[in-house]
Amino acid sequence: MEKRPEQVLDEAKALLAEARDESDFESARIKYLGRNGEVTALLKAMGQIPAEERKEYGKVANAVKHEITELINGGKARLASEGRAAKLMSERIDVSEPGAEIPFGALHPITQTIDEISRIFIGLGYSITEGPEVETVFHNFDALNAAPNHPSRDLTDTFYITEDTLLRTQTSPVQIRTLMNSEPPIKVISPGRCFRADTPDATHSPMFHQVEGLLVDEGVTMADLKGTLDAFAKRMFGPGVATKFRPHFFPFTEPSAEMDMSCFVCGGEGCRVCKGSGWIEILGCGMVHPNVLKVGGLDTEKYTGFAFGMGVERIAMLKHGIDDIRLFYENDVRFIGQFA
Amino acid sequence: MLVPLSWLKEYVDIDVPVGEFAERMIMSGSNIETVKNFADGVSGLVIGQVVSAERIEGSDHLNVCMVDVGSERGAEHGDGGPLQIVCGADNVRQPGIKVIVSLPGAVLPGGFKIKKTKLFGTVSNGMICSAQELGFDEKSVPVDIREGIWVMPDELNVGADAVTEAGLDETVIDFEITPNRPDCLSIIGIAREAAAVFGKKLRYPDNSAALGESGAGSGSGAGAAADFVDVVIEKPELCPRYVARVCTDIGIKPSPFWLQKRLMFAGMRPINNIVDITNYVMLEYGHPIHAFDIKTIEGGTIVVDTAADGDRFTTLDGKERGLSADMLLIKDRAKPVAIAGVMGGQNSEIVQDTETIVVEAANFSADSIRLTSKRLGLRSEASSRFEKGVSAELSSGAADRVCALVAETGSGKVVSGAVDRYPGKKDMPKIDVRVKRMNGLLGTDISAGDMVSMLQSLEMDAELNSDGSVIAVTPPHVRVDLKEEVDFSEEIARMFGYNELGSTLHRDNAESAVPESWRLRALARGALVGAGYSEIQTYSFVSPKGADRIALPDGAAGRGFVKLINPLGEDNSVMRTTLLPNLLDILSGNNNRGNDAVRLFEIGNTFRASASGGGDDGLPEERISLSMGFYGAGGFYDLKGAVGILLAKLGIGGVSYVPDEATGSWHPGRCARVEVLRGACGDNADSGPCGAVAVGHIGEVHPDVAKEYGFDAPVFAAELDFNLLVSLADMSRDYKPLRRHPALTLDIALLADEGVTVAEIEKIAAENGSGLLESVKLFDVYRGEQTGAGKKSLAFNLVYRADDRTLTDGDVADIHAAILKKIAEATGAVLREA
Repeated sequence: MEKRPEQVLDEAKALLAEARDESDFESARIKYLGRNGEVTALLKAMGQIPAEERKEYGKVANAVKHEITELINGGKARLASEGRAAKLMSERIDVSEPGAEIPFGALHPITQTIDEISRIFIGLGYSITEGPEVETVFHNFDALNAAPNHPSRDLTDTFYITEDTLLRTQTSPVQIRTLMNSEPPIKVISPGRCFRADTPDATHSPMFHQVEGLLVDEGVTMADLKGTLDAFAKRMFGPGVATKFRPHFFPFTEPSAEMDMSCFVCGGEGCRVCKGSGWIEILGCGMVHPNVLKVGGLDTEKYTGFAFGMGVERIAMLKHGIDDIRLFYENDVRFIGQFA
Repeated sequence: MLVPLSWLKEYVDIDVPVGEFAERMIMSGSNIETVKNFADGVSGLVIGQVVSAERIEGSDHLNVCMVDVGSERGAEHGDGGPLQIVCGADNVRQPGIKVIVSLPGAVLPGGFKIKKTKLFGTVSNGMICSAQELGFDEKSVPVDIREGIWVMPDELNVGADAVTEAGLDETVIDFEITPNRPDCLSIIGIAREAAAVFGKKLRYPDNSAALGESGAGSGSGAGAAADFVDVVIEKPELCPRYVARVCTDIGIKPSPFWLQKRLMFAGMRPINNIVDITNYVMLEYGHPIHAFDIKTIEGGTIVVDTAADGDRFTTLDGKERGLSADMLLIKDRAKPVAIAGVMGGQNSEIVQDTETIVVEAANFSADSIRLTSKRLGLRSEASSRFEKGVSAELSSGAADRVCALVAETGSGKVVSGAVDRYPGKKDMPKIDVRVKRMNGLLGTDISAGDMVSMLQSLEMDAELNSDGSVIAVTPPHVRVDLKEEVDFSEEIARMFGYNELGSTLHRDNAESAVPESWRLRALARGALVGAGYSEIQTYSFVSPKGADRIALPDGAAGRGFVKLINPLGEDNSVMRTTLLPNLLDILSGNNNRGNDAVRLFEIGNTFRASASGGGDDGLPEERISLSMGFYGAGGFYDLKGAVGILLAKLGIGGVSYVPDEATGSWHPGRCARVEVLRGACGDNADSGPCGAVAVGHIGEVHPDVAKEYGFDAPVFAAELDFNLLVSLADMSRDYKPLRRHPALTLDIALLADEGVTVAEIEKIAAENGSGLLESVKLFDVYRGEQTGAGKKSLAFNLVYRADDRTLTDGDVADIHAAILKKIAEATGAVLREA
């Protein structure tokens, strides 16, 4: 027997530590574990070992075989893994290059704002109803309790189609249509286009959008009006906004109010958006005038209700910081694309 | 309505800071636009006296002035004597006049800082101020000082702080008066609101010093009003009341400084004492006043009567106006002297030598004034007030007030008594207000007693009935807006405080419903956005020229416009019948701004005058249309692919694209009518049309039309009738079992004449598939040398599949061959040699 098992192991370790590639490991395997390898030789030499030492010798020799086998297999595996890693790294790409230009569209911000308002009111149990853009003088003015001489009826304010038909100046005529066509409880919102004879400038557009709301039922109070619109403001602009109601005048509501909202930009401290006041005028509202309920044939002693109307462009402009209403109708994709 | 705070304070005590005052007025319903103090941020102004003023040699307008500003202020900027100041105003050359001087270091409204300067080589120690420079609007500055400096009254002290001495420390509040509250278009009206809000007592103007204890009674002029003038109302329905008083010994001159200043702060230009007094009383009482020179009233009789058609009359502004029979005039026995409530006549105007005046405080029908004013195109401060409603009860008090001011300002003597014709006297209604009803509307639990107090604070006569359930309310005569019970709910709510009301959600079991059309529009938008199209919103009113621009054929339904009577201009003069012109307009605009490859769509209403003469309302038919299109991003088949996504999203099958050469708007060889085969038709007419339903067009825009919109390259567009799509939509989605056995796919390339369509071949294949052909799909079209002229090669995938076994070539060989044979027979298309 030329070498002790321990010696074989030490030499094998030293040799394997120097192994750099697949062939180094393969030649080490042949050198130790091959048919004529040194470990094979150790095991073959078992018979020459005195019987009382044989058991111990066999144990050591097998341990050496196992350890060398492990060293070779482990080394090979490590080599393969390193090689694979190097290959993958060679396939490296520049992740900062731009993504493919997959065409994508954007909804118009007016649509998105109407959708958001609608979603909130649908969540509060309101249905959606729509009315025509060309309306009758009856629905747009008379039935809404507008005085016969009210200046808003003038040709300078309202677009007329005939003496009796016009482009609706508000979404409120849908209140009339709803009251005439359905029975309480009535709980609807009505988004849509409105028209007023304003020459376009940064804050005026002859066409704009409103969302009208109407709730008629037994026992509806002005407190319900306040609670509903406060909930709307918080969902639309954030839970932190506060609302306040100021008396105002609309012919079709009594009492009438305007709702202001604490500025969602500055939180009420005063900024450019709220023009320093800390408050932003957001919508008009009120308790439905009995004369309007009567148009719908309702018993005004039994039923009460509230109505509200808000300008969609105004809300969209506030929400997105848009400073010119004409942008909505210019439809430049660079504008619309910002709301994708 | 501009309200100087000092004026308001004459009638109501205000003992809170301005900010709090404004806030509480707003919250009780008197909305405020702005609060402005003329002295805010202003400093360094002093009263000066012009000692000398001479034109600077060589300048065409600059004057060098020596101005005495008192020794103290003079010493700050010079030797204590008069300071040299350069002034460009002509009216400075009146040595001895008092002026307002802004010394170096002074700050004027708007933060404008005054420095010592040199003008035309002459040192100027500050500036002599005009009224405009002190913050007054030009329209409220007297004509004689509008182009010059503001000349101060003689009694002001030289060297004194000008803000204090000239009384410029005035807060002016601009109230936004809603149309239902004409009573608040007056200082007293606002004072009435303030008194209610702050729990104060309203004081009315006190005329007793000038007119005696009885008010309308003893004057200082000789005789009685009835000796000078008589009044005959011929049209009492148009003139409920006419009060005439007379003042003699009139001396026309500028008003006293305090009165001028009040008018200026209130935004009205001082003219002369009599005109100013009438304006002052109009602002104070909200009651228009007119004054005539009595010597122009022939026969001393004022006749209130309508005009005759064709009458001509020259108003104060020098314009001759044509009258009609429904216009109310103030006449004498021979001629008109004024258009009632609108404007006085040139012929009865107060002039410099006027000695005796008739003060008219009359009430006219709001409707009559509005119509007259509208028809004449003449709106005055008086007419706009009468239009909104003026209480006739105010007339005598307003007339008295004018007379008192004539006396107090030394403008003339007051003749005792008045001629008061009051045919239209009406009592204010007594209205029952139920306590429970009010609380029910407001969601409150306000006691009857509190409600009574709130109403009384607004000068209402409010009386609770014996069981405490009903308050009988008589509003003050000025409150023309309070007509029925519900009107008092707002009065109570605003006195209680809107923000003190509860904030609750109504208890109900309402369930939301969304119209099908609304839901489908949302789905369609989502599909198109996903396909890369952006949404646009365009005007519902358009130019009728759009029909020409998109080359709509003559007589096309799209030319049947609903027209506006009063459009902003031709570009917005008709309601759109199609969305195509707007789409092309917006595509064009984007193209002009250099935006590449733009894809757009719109879903919106189109309008057609109803053929049946309209619905029950006589309204035009409104149909929702969908337009979509693009430039620079593909061709016909890209658009068709997007339309396919849209129709699939709406569950619309059985779609065919039928060539349509005659649209005008589209390329005749590259346009299809989109047709949907609607098989099952109910008996119900509402279920929509049957058979092949044409829902719209898709194609390349006609090159001539594209050019009209500034495009040289192709533009593609489609327009679909969305109402039809809604009626055809099928949102049910029935599961079909997945087919598990492998398919057998055979590719074929057919050489076909150009005239053969893919649709024909697909149809033949589908009809002859014997239940095994799952799909036919075109995957390549080739034209070139190998096909020869007039031919094309069409390559198809044919997918065969069975549900019970895996197909082999042998299983489909006969079927496949039969399909090829049928195609060859029907179209002449044959398998290409490999």
